[in-house]
Amino acid sequence: MSDLMKVSSNPHVRSRVTTSNIMLAVVIALLPAAGFGIYNFGLDALILIFITVASCVLTELIYEKAMKKKVTIGDFSAVVTGLLLALNLPSTAPWWIGVIGGVFAILVVKMLFGGLGQNFMNPALGARCFLLISYTSIMCNFECDAYTGATPLASLKAGESVNLLDMVIGRTGGTIGETSMIAIVLGACLLILLGIIDLRIPGSYIVTFVLFLILFGGHGFDPAFITAHLAGGGLMLGAFFMATDYVTRPVTKRGQYLYGVVLGLLTGIFRIFAPSAEGVSYAIILGNLLVPLMEKITMPKAFGKGGERA
Amino acid sequence: MKQNSISERLINGLIKENPTFVLMLGMCPTLAVTTSAVNGLGMGLTTMVVLALSNMFISLLRKVIPDKVRIPAFIVVIASFVTVVELLLKAFIPFLYAALGLYIPLIVVNCIILGRAEAYASKNDVVSSLFDGIGMGLGFTCALTIIGAVRELLGAGQVFGMNVMPASYVPCSIFVLAPGAFFVLAVLTAIQNKVKLEGERKGKDMSKIQSGCNSDCMNCKESGCSRRMIDVSCAKAKEDLEVIEITEENDIPDVNTGKEEKNDD
Repeated sequence: MSDLMKVSSNPHVRSRVTTSNIMLAVVIALLPAAGFGIYNFGLDALILIFITVASCVLTELIYEKAMKKKVTIGDFSAVVTGLLLALNLPSTAPWWIGVIGGVFAILVVKMLFGGLGQNFMNPALGARCFLLISYTSIMCNFECDAYTGATPLASLKAGESVNLLDMVIGRTGGTIGETSMIAIVLGACLLILLGIIDLRIPGSYIVTFVLFLILFGGHGFDPAFITAHLAGGGLMLGAFFMATDYVTRPVTKRGQYLYGVVLGLLTGIFRIFAPSAEGVSYAIILGNLLVPLMEKITMPKAFGKGGERA
Repeated sequence: MKQNSISERLINGLIKENPTFVLMLGMCPTLAVTTSAVNGLGMGLTTMVVLALSNMFISLLRKVIPDKVRIPAFIVVIASFVTVVELLLKAFIPFLYAALGLYIPLIVVNCIILGRAEAYASKNDVVSSLFDGIGMGLGFTCALTIIGAVRELLGAGQVFGMNVMPASYVPCSIFVLAPGAFFVLAVLTAIQNKVKLEGERKGKDMSKIQSGCNSDCMNCKESGCSRRMIDVSCAKAKEDLEVIEITEENDIPDVNTGKEEKNDD
């Protein structure tokens, strides 16, 4: 009997896009940033990335074995979480920072809430903020062999001048994956071309942030100042790779624009008015917590229901 | 074990109806002052003294206090004892007074104390009320000391101010900050629920460890001790509904019937 005669229940047309495909594409898109980080910071960075990814994957495996659940490490989501977390760590961090961060990201932020798709907060960012609060001095120690002194954003905050070209290329101190704007945008272009992310969230995020800088940055419309703020810190990595996380972004289109605007405002407030130089990770996890509300107020109305009051 | 006997009351407060891990009452001091084991112990003991004394006095006065003004009357009794304890602490244990600070006057609004006054002391005799207060206070003290010890161990590498972790241990300071309190409380509650469920699965007699009324406090709507509140709110909702039906015959808004929960803290 030919396949044409087979009778089965719907769905009959299946997409080739699967969770593991998407996650693998994200891993590939993150490779330029990771590669530049390793080139920039040396072997320490490579080892830290490896340890963090391994601890994420192992945590998921052990938890699912222990709880007798289906093992889902094949979907690469733990690899993405580990890689994103590692890119958010300074290369000087000791190995156990990667282990604690990986365990916290997967166990507390992801698995305890029900695994992939159920977590209310980006696991990598949740773990980064946990580490940042717990081990502030280790997480803010950017003094490695290649670079000494403050990160460009900290110098900018202190009113010193920064080298814009170095910042765009990434030859500055910082966390492993955040320094190179070029490498991150390269990876983001790949994801946009593959249709995995679109520009709604990153676009509205960056535009809002730039407008905020012009209005409240204290420099007016100063292209050098704005470029330095865009290239410095984790803004690019956050906007393209973390804010667009499928699980923790709003599902409605208008909600996504709103989400980007809120993130831009929060980042601006944290960077300009708060004592610390950087605020992307706090902005995004705060935005994650507001997502259910954003979805509620931007719920599209079904055709013909427009006049009815909710 | 005999109902309302002294030992039954003590075990009830310590395990069966532990105010922190089972009833989930008094969360504000639980989360705020347990930054170290000493603070947890001090807060727990202070609360225990107030709880035992106020339970005893409210039980003594239970036939005098009119039902309609019972809550203000309870609060007056509780607030008096809190003031006494606060002044005593300030005079004799100043370091604890400094560490607990604002949370001592806040014992007045601790819902364990008002809860025990309302649920137990106003209905039972003096001796059992006193021991109910001591049992509940002990349960609260134990819970706070354990949470404080875990937070101090992870967040500072110490327990009761003594170094117990190896020198190479880097303290994870989030545990002495507010978020750490939530992590530790959640994990300890989960462990205690797990032990309970495992025991039930193996067929052990868990009636001693189960919550007071043999129904779990999370779903205490239909059968448990908050039944009275629900009956009252149901009756009120019905009244409201009738009024609405009379005034507006066609458009009946969605009235929340009987779903109101007891609001803690």
